[in-house]
Amino acid sequence: MDEERLKHRFVPKHEILSEEEKKAVLERYNISLRQLPKILAKDVVIKAINAKVGDVIKITRKSPTAKQSVYYRVVVDD
Amino acid sequence: MIKMETEHIYKKVEKIVFGFLSPKQIKKMATVKVVTPELYDKDGYPVDGGLMDTRMGVIDPGLRCPVDGKKLKECPGYFGYIELARPVIHIQYTKIILDLLRSTCGECGRILMEESEIEETIKHLDCVEKESGLNIKRKKIKAIIASLKTVKKCPHCRAKQYNIKIEKPLTFIENDKKLTPIDIRSRFEKTPDRDVEVIGLNPRVARPEWLILTLLPIPPVTMRPSITLDTGERSEDDLTHKLSDIVRINQRLFENINAGAPEVIVEDLWDLLQYHVTTYFDNTVSQIPPARHRSGQALKTLTERIKSKEGRFRYNLAGKRVNFAARTVISPDPEIAFNEVGVPRAIANELTVPERVNEWNLERLKEFIKRGPEEYPGANYVIRPDGKKKKISDETKEQLLEELQPGYLVERHIMDGDIAIFNRQPSLHRMSIMSHKIKILPYKSFRLNPAVCTPYAGDFDGDEMNLHIPQTEEARAEAEILMHVQTQIITPKNGTNIIGCLEDAISGNYLLTKGLEFNKDEAVELLMSVGIKDIPKFGKIVNGKEIFSALLPNNFEYIGKSRDDEDVIIKNGKLIKGIIDGASIGEENGNLIRKLHRDYGEDKTLELMGLMFKLGIKTLLYCGFTSGLADTDLNPELKSKIQKMLNDAEKQVEELIRKYKAGQITPMSTKTLEESLELMILQVLNKVRNKIGEVVAANAPEKNSFIIMSRSGARGNVLNLAMMSAVVGQQSLKGKRIENGYGDRTLSVFNKNDLSPRARGFIRSSYKKGLDPVEFFFGSMTGRDSLMDTALRTPKSGYLYRRLSNALQDLKIEYDYTVRDANKAIIQFNYGDDGMDVSKSEGGTINIKNLIKEVILK
Repeated sequence: MDEERLKHRFVPKHEILSEEEKKAVLERYNISLRQLPKILAKDVVIKAINAKVGDVIKITRKSPTAKQSVYYRVVVDD
Repeated sequence: MIKMETEHIYKKVEKIVFGFLSPKQIKKMATVKVVTPELYDKDGYPVDGGLMDTRMGVIDPGLRCPVDGKKLKECPGYFGYIELARPVIHIQYTKIILDLLRSTCGECGRILMEESEIEETIKHLDCVEKESGLNIKRKKIKAIIASLKTVKKCPHCRAKQYNIKIEKPLTFIENDKKLTPIDIRSRFEKTPDRDVEVIGLNPRVARPEWLILTLLPIPPVTMRPSITLDTGERSEDDLTHKLSDIVRINQRLFENINAGAPEVIVEDLWDLLQYHVTTYFDNTVSQIPPARHRSGQALKTLTERIKSKEGRFRYNLAGKRVNFAARTVISPDPEIAFNEVGVPRAIANELTVPERVNEWNLERLKEFIKRGPEEYPGANYVIRPDGKKKKISDETKEQLLEELQPGYLVERHIMDGDIAIFNRQPSLHRMSIMSHKIKILPYKSFRLNPAVCTPYAGDFDGDEMNLHIPQTEEARAEAEILMHVQTQIITPKNGTNIIGCLEDAISGNYLLTKGLEFNKDEAVELLMSVGIKDIPKFGKIVNGKEIFSALLPNNFEYIGKSRDDEDVIIKNGKLIKGIIDGASIGEENGNLIRKLHRDYGEDKTLELMGLMFKLGIKTLLYCGFTSGLADTDLNPELKSKIQKMLNDAEKQVEELIRKYKAGQITPMSTKTLEESLELMILQVLNKVRNKIGEVVAANAPEKNSFIIMSRSGARGNVLNLAMMSAVVGQQSLKGKRIENGYGDRTLSVFNKNDLSPRARGFIRSSYKKGLDPVEFFFGSMTGRDSLMDTALRTPKSGYLYRRLSNALQDLKIEYDYTVRDANKAIIQFNYGDDGMDVSKSEGGTINIKNLIKEVILK
């Protein structure tokens, strides 16, 4: 079931960042975890890729202006 | 490198703590204990211990405040207090009171939680606040309160817990018994400090028992000043009225309690006191009748002072009234420049610019003073270096002239060339407020060039606009550099030009460049009337393209398309091929204007646009341009051809209906049989209308005004012409043909279930021929529908926009191209995903092909 959801064409690529990558992102934008956009832990995709609260998710989307865009979100519980 | 200045910040707000006023604090900040409802004694002097006690602030000129010795307007005013005979509930706190009652034990006042659990919860809450912020913490607390509601037995004293209900607005009921404010207060007093933290209160500034009022602070007189009427009578502020009610009832309650009156009477008075205190805070509580003036008008008490559109925030803080502003009706004047605004003489006499006197302008400014406030260009005020403002009048004129010397300020009338800020509401985008150069004109309306109607979204059907005169050099500089009309040619929405030629200016240039020819004298006259001084060398016969080229800079290169997809080529500032139309010089997509802007900058572009605009109009003035009934004439063959086309279409529809009745129609996917039929009929009717449009356009003579207007992109399209001369076409409601209004039919003149074009709102007549009653009725239906639609949609979309812009107002692009809010939290990692400045693009994209082409050409 989870696999199916991830394959849907409206669902962009979600990846869990490793600790180092996470640190690099926060450093690059000079922010704390709280200043990152959030995503709920109960989000279907988050459940499907098995991410935990506090993880940073890298989302690669199609963009009409830049073809591809990268977005980071931190997993939070409600 | 520039270093951030940090030294001058000597006070910084680190945090703000919210709490309740404790009785101790109320007493401490008060200067007076109010004991009597009387305001003034026989001599009209404020009574000591009354509500207008001078120790709470002075509002009479001449009096000095006994607390700080300051005069009116210097003394900020001080609080007083009254001691309530019995405690009352503060209406704004009922929600917290209910929460607290439900989460604490009725007997021992402890939170309904085990000791260990209390510690744990507090620790957890601290953690949450640090990690995810206050909002999340508040949510958690809400959940805790909800869970404590259901506890049946106190874990500390084992007492049974009853369900507590609130009977709106301010009666609390436990186990069918009313809880008095005294009961609630004594219960809250028992709750230990530590327990309070579980509910999210900081016990040092917010003890629960402070929610019940025992002392009432009296606001300073300065925030409720009395007004002296012309008759010499005093009229008190609404708040003072309300407070004197409170003091009076409080006094009576005291007396009754001391006299040992029966409990029923005391309770009645207590309720009355509660009523007065409640309406003092909020006079719009539902279920409580609002307190009224003797005239029957509801009092405006504390909450109403702050709340809603007329409240302090939206009326006084978000919307301030200003001086040096004017408002009147706008009307068009194509003779003034785009960045000018025509200001009526009457307004010019009132609005002024301050000018500092120095030895070089002394004599000039003296002339202004001599002319005074009545004669234009004069002056209204002189300001001395010590700040004293003197009005110029016939009496003061001589003296002011004599004492005028460098250092003085003269407020002279606005004159041609002064900077003004011009605005039309609603100010939805930044082009709604632009700065213009003033031009003084006769009559009573603001005049603006019709080309700037688009950015203001204004027309001349009675619109009014506002004008502001900046009063300092800084303000003027800022207005000129950031807000001038030419800085706003390109809209940040999509990077196209929002200002361009329109209507007559477009059709004029279209006709000119299409093939008008002039003799030399006419050509020179035309260019002179536009304002061109250096006329190029012309031959005996001058064609329109040459005249248009005379406006362009000599090194201008441009390749573009006209509306009908033909090439438009400008080389070395000469239009060598193509016709100039809306696609080149129009609004929103005037590619020639966009190129001018890129190559020569905003000032030059505005100047050139002004010239083109004028050239278009003068061309029409020269060769004449009008439209009339004859423009809608069709020749007899064409007429019968169109009738035949309509007949054919109707036959087709008939055939479709017949097939449908015979069950020979195969429905389209996802549609019912009826829907499919409707769609097919609509298709046939739309096709014939479009075809007729084409036929009409193809057969109309070149010089037909409607055709010229629609081809050049000045106004209208071919279908509009077809509607006037051939057929109006299908009227549609909600995207469908007109549906049954009566049972199974649109009007009672038709048979039931008539699906024919005529019975479903197809108007076969043209506007020129005239509509028959049935057609007229259908036309009115769609007309009314669109009228209702706009009338209903405007306020709704306005409110949506207000909310949207309020929500987005602190978003900003940082230097690393991220979009962030005021907390520097990221909204978008790269603005627009590509980090491109839209106002530097053309229609959202950068046309690299064109750029390369241009580079190669060079």
